[in-house]
Amino acid sequence: MSILLNQDSRVVIQGITGGEGSFHAREALQFGTRVAAGVTPGKGGMKIEGVPVYNRVIDAVEKEGVNASGIYVPAPFASDAILEAFDAGIKLIACMTEGIPVLEMVRVKKILRGSGTYLIGPNCPGITTPGTGKIGFMPNFIHLPGKVGVISRSGTLTYEVINQLTALGIGQSTSIGIGGDPIVGSTFVDILKLFEDDPDTILIVLIGEIGGTAEEEASDFIKNRMQKPVVAFIAGQTAPPGRRMGHAGAIIAGGKGTAEEKVNILKKSGVTVVNNPAQIGVVVKETLKERNLLFEGE
Amino acid sequence: MKIHEFQAKKILKDYGIPVPLGRIAKTPQEAGEAASEIGTGRVVVKAQIHAGGRGKGGGIKLASSPKEAEEASKAIIGMVLVTHQTGPEGRKVEKVLVEEATEIKKELYLGIAIDRSQNKEHPVIMASEAGGMEIEEVSSKNPEKIIKVDADPLVSFSGFQGRKVAYGLGLEKPMIAELTGIIGKLYQIFMEKDASLIEINPLVITEDNRLLALDCKMNFDDDALFRHPDINELRDIGEEDPLEVEAKNAGVNYIKLDGNVGCMVNGAGLAMTTMDLIKMAGGEPANFLDVGGGASAKQIEKAFRILTSDDKVKAILVNIFGGILRCDRVANGIIEAASNIDLTLPMVVRLQGTNVEEGREILKKSSLKFEVAEGLYQAAQKVVSFAKS
Repeated sequence: MSILLNQDSRVVIQGITGGEGSFHAREALQFGTRVAAGVTPGKGGMKIEGVPVYNRVIDAVEKEGVNASGIYVPAPFASDAILEAFDAGIKLIACMTEGIPVLEMVRVKKILRGSGTYLIGPNCPGITTPGTGKIGFMPNFIHLPGKVGVISRSGTLTYEVINQLTALGIGQSTSIGIGGDPIVGSTFVDILKLFEDDPDTILIVLIGEIGGTAEEEASDFIKNRMQKPVVAFIAGQTAPPGRRMGHAGAIIAGGKGTAEEKVNILKKSGVTVVNNPAQIGVVVKETLKERNLLFEGE
Repeated sequence: MKIHEFQAKKILKDYGIPVPLGRIAKTPQEAGEAASEIGTGRVVVKAQIHAGGRGKGGGIKLASSPKEAEEASKAIIGMVLVTHQTGPEGRKVEKVLVEEATEIKKELYLGIAIDRSQNKEHPVIMASEAGGMEIEEVSSKNPEKIIKVDADPLVSFSGFQGRKVAYGLGLEKPMIAELTGIIGKLYQIFMEKDASLIEINPLVITEDNRLLALDCKMNFDDDALFRHPDINELRDIGEEDPLEVEAKNAGVNYIKLDGNVGCMVNGAGLAMTTMDLIKMAGGEPANFLDVGGGASAKQIEKAFRILTSDDKVKAILVNIFGGILRCDRVANGIIEAASNIDLTLPMVVRLQGTNVEEGREILKKSSLKFEVAEGLYQAAQKVVSFAKS
């Protein structure tokens, strides 16, 4: 019923002794996530929310069998934390930290490329598989287990969309926020591939925004490789060029990366693009109906 | 973060990239003195603002004597320079750069930026023999005229990358090594200083066959400034919108726009979406404002102060999706802020998420005038109708 985060995931939280790390460890435990260990160098031996803390990720791997990581360490140390998790053999790393220098992410991305490790983020709300677990910021109450996959470059806008789906009784297989930075670990294309191959995902909601070419690349993949329906929304139709709209990656530069351009390309690739963001849930429901994908009670 | 041309040229010089002899001046008298000091006879007087297109706007003048340099500076210093990059309000010129004039044989373009596209995601060195023009213009009209060389940081800089550019530009022999050297140094600056964009435009070949950086633009990664105090010092707050500076100091992300519907939202994506909804409902957003994923009551108050100091704002939309941040706390924060700053503008509040019922109840019971909206679009329609009435 999911991608990346599933029943076998045992999570380590890097930066668990910090304010954010400990808070979100508790939230994740309440959601049912198997948080098996925490890591903060120098704090090994402690317990946070009953979770044992280690000095190194490798110790958490050896002693607790963790295979997924959530990173909440401050920006100057975050890329090092990602590389530590990667070195320890962890295959799913979600980094929530905002403000990692771009050139550090350039290096990290090169090192991870082709390794089979999925990095979600940085500067992202993380990943949630309803009914199973979560890594990251997404509020616990908005989710409902089901068959729609959600991917987004945004945070609160993703919650808004998931909330719309849940309110209409449409559950989610897995929801992922890939992050708002210029260089992110897993891209739309990486995640779309997984959703397309996941037998329990029947439709994908894609939330894009201005800047970069991630949506254009996604369009290309959807057109050539996907059978499943995709419903999309692009934020920033009214954003002026040359101004960074909060996210470091959300900027229209040199006339490229406009919402209009992205909407047109997605439409040409057969994606249902929603114009009014208040209607995303409704459009998903209609699309499911049209394709006879709605089940009893939904 | 952007810096001035004279600051960028100082960095080039420190790394051994040749730049014209020049002096910075804040008054016409200083400009005259600078011209005598340079002593080359003809000089160029260039307005220092964070925007391109200065020449067309009258911000760059040629002078053949110190006296003329002083005269030219009189016209430039203090002027409000309007270029295609400043917007109609323009930018006031505080300083000029006085430089030796150069006999130009050919103008080239040289730049480094990060290519974000799939399978690249690393710095790319760009060069073109169409120097002097905007690179975007060249790339849309004559893409074949741009030479692009990948500069993967795991490979580091290697001489062949420089030669790829230098031979590609059709340079002659002694200049091949010279340009390769310049490119290597430019790449070093990019990596060592965490730049996000460096452009030497134009990089000129002089009549006596030297390479010289005639103009330079450098932008730096805001997120890396913590480790570059030398770069951070170059920040010129006078070039930034005062409201945006205030917002930045308060940890709020604010960008001023031209409309009259102020909006306050948590999260950048939702903030952009809220702007889109206002437009869709027939209004114009006055700003982009993201109070952050976990806004505090204090930040909400600060955000209100910033919003209301823009006199164009006629109505305000607050759109908060409470996650970890509970709606009841947001509601209390709004009421507190509104009473502290005597808010008289009509306001629509849309809350969604954790403890939403409690939050709405708190707002309804308060003596302050709020319209509480439940739906996203409904909220936008309401606030637009207020702004129009």
